[in-house]
Amino acid sequence: MTAAQELEMILTQHQDINRRVESNGIRLTIPASLLPQLVSQLSPQWTFVGIVPEDDARTQSLRLLYVFYTPKGPWLGMEVRNHDQVIPSISNILFAADWQEREMEDLFDVSFAGHPQLGDFVLHDSHWPEGTAPMKRHSWEIHQKANGFEDLGTHRIVDASGSFVMPIGPVFSGTAESIQFGLETVGEEIVFAHIRPFYKYRAVEKLMRGQTPMGSLLIAERIDGLTAFSHALAMAQAWETLGDLQISPRAQLLRVFWAEIERIRSHLQVLSGILESTGLSVPQNLLQAQEEELLQISGAFSGHRYLFGLIRLGGLSRDWSAEDIQHIVKRLETLVHHSQEILDALTFDNSFLDRLEAVGTLSGERARTHGLVGPVGRASGIHRDVRIHQPYAAYDNVVFDVPVQTEGDGYARFRQLAQEMTQSIRIIQQIPSMLTPGEVVPTDKFHPALRTAFGYVESPGGSVLCAVSSNNQGMVERCRIITPGLVNWHAFPDAIRHFAFQDFPIIMATFGLSVADLDR
Amino acid sequence: MLWLRMGLTHPKKTVSSKAPSPLNGLSPGRPAPTPLLDAPPETICPTQALKEHGNVMTVDYTRCIHCRLCHQQPDQNRMSWEEGYQWAQMTSPRLPHSFRHSLHIRVVDAGDCGACLNELHQLASPVYSLHRLGIAFTPTPRDADVLVITGPITVSMKEAVQEAYQAMPSPKRVVAVGTCALSGGLFASSFALAGPLEKILPVDLSVPGCPPPPLALLHAFQLLMGAKSEEMRTQGVRT
Repeated sequence: MTAAQELEMILTQHQDINRRVESNGIRLTIPASLLPQLVSQLSPQWTFVGIVPEDDARTQSLRLLYVFYTPKGPWLGMEVRNHDQVIPSISNILFAADWQEREMEDLFDVSFAGHPQLGDFVLHDSHWPEGTAPMKRHSWEIHQKANGFEDLGTHRIVDASGSFVMPIGPVFSGTAESIQFGLETVGEEIVFAHIRPFYKYRAVEKLMRGQTPMGSLLIAERIDGLTAFSHALAMAQAWETLGDLQISPRAQLLRVFWAEIERIRSHLQVLSGILESTGLSVPQNLLQAQEEELLQISGAFSGHRYLFGLIRLGGLSRDWSAEDIQHIVKRLETLVHHSQEILDALTFDNSFLDRLEAVGTLSGERARTHGLVGPVGRASGIHRDVRIHQPYAAYDNVVFDVPVQTEGDGYARFRQLAQEMTQSIRIIQQIPSMLTPGEVVPTDKFHPALRTAFGYVESPGGSVLCAVSSNNQGMVERCRIITPGLVNWHAFPDAIRHFAFQDFPIIMATFGLSVADLDR
Repeated sequence: MLWLRMGLTHPKKTVSSKAPSPLNGLSPGRPAPTPLLDAPPETICPTQALKEHGNVMTVDYTRCIHCRLCHQQPDQNRMSWEEGYQWAQMTSPRLPHSFRHSLHIRVVDAGDCGACLNELHQLASPVYSLHRLGIAFTPTPRDADVLVITGPITVSMKEAVQEAYQAMPSPKRVVAVGTCALSGGLFASSFALAGPLEKILPVDLSVPGCPPPPLALLHAFQLLMGAKSEEMRTQGVRT
């Protein structure tokens, strides 16, 4: 039975569900009391993406949209009103919703009945009074606590003789990003791990409000600077759906081209991070030099080393000659070839393999519980990639495979990244011969529709969903960005449990997650 | 043995601080002062970095994010674009005496998007080889001469930044890296910021850029070590 048929069957059981079919999805309006039942019926076949807040124009209040999709199938949004009913928590059914519910509670003051741990998440209690709710429709003035002082202590739950908490962060080694962990232990083994993110919370979703489309792209690029192109592309695609903009085949192909270049760069960076954590400095430096070479190629041809400012609504901000494209492809081929040589040599290095194999293991079942996305999920056997399952730009015209591993350990994640890089260069090689002349730099006038639209992109770290609704001046009314960091960091404390302290930096490196992406 | 051989057979050429021209992706470049434009600058620049000054349109580099919107305008509104990377500015008259030979740097991320941090990280790669100049990243502020702050300083990171500064021995210097640390950049109006950095710590050196490329950072650290005395003499700083 397909997912769509199953949905039909479930819907015939419930008379009080209002259904609307939209351009690329189905929208249901459901009473909150039905939510847990529907979610448990849908979740085996439908993939949960996240909770998107919307403004209900009729009741002048907030409503939540629970977003799901099926591979190659439609999107499903379940609307739940917030103003006159209690919303039950679904995180006991879908663990992936845990952090999203905590986030909604902190930012919108939506209470989820039955959630065991609400509050002190995005807005740390040491600085912000409970109930601040900065994202509520009319909250213009947001007050900090007077004399607030960040409490750098961590929670503690393990009760055993000799147990203690090893605090790590928020500031730790080298050029690491700021995030805090509390590792509970009785000696060598990490018995339980706490994670405390949002030290870097910049309130991006709040800032987006009232931005022009161009301004929203610039901010989206700076959510996570290392996957800037993907985030901006997701944002642009949401606007393009709202404004019904046509994008030329040439621009679509070039977007795929640069998106894959970004994937190679990001994977090289994560791989060299893994080598750094295991102390293999020669291959680490060699890979890092390849990454720098790629940054220089990006800088020379796109104008920015991290591809900022390349995405425009309806296309890209510049075009390239056939010679330029050929030249980039040639240099990329050599670069990926050199990197593969190093990565192949590593598979013969016993001391390296010993540190990765059977370390930080996330079984397929646990990975599914967390709803993991991106290479981390695929290394645990979750075949999930929106490039294939919800094709955008020109991804349905290029041929590529999505590699999947089954072990879910550090070495599986290492191999996953290496194999994905090979597929990326395979996509890039197909593009020059497919490019036809056409307009890339857009000039169209643009009138967005007054509803919510989604843009989804498989960023190097996993799928990014950008939900944008526009106001009648064509500015952002509400914006919600569900990033791979928000999903995958949730599983990280689970992956380090029962491993030794010295494995902690290695497991963190194999996850290759960005904190900026989570904190936004 | 395998890695020793591989390291020797794959030498990487180091980019020196006397960088080649053209820069070929080593730096994104930035807008240069240009004769007045027809359109009002606030309609062109998303971060209000363009300022009219007499009959020249100048650029406030602490706000510029290299979005190139001012460079992609029609002719009469187009800002010219300059290559280059020597962007660091001394903002305090304090003398750089103590750091002639080596410099230990503690980096604190205070809300960075990741790009500035990655550019700092690239400095340690063989392409820039930071260590050949006697510069090193250190994990503890107790060993550090220089505190490098990236990002717009979020409310939650403010205390961590202050504590890192207090833990450093004197003499010490503070470097603000990137547009976010200097002015808040695109995030300036966010309610969750305690920055920019100058509101929290005395800033000795500012490195504009979004992100500043590795060469700009290298230039900044050399300024602190007194190696680039030329620029400092023209700014009236005694070396």
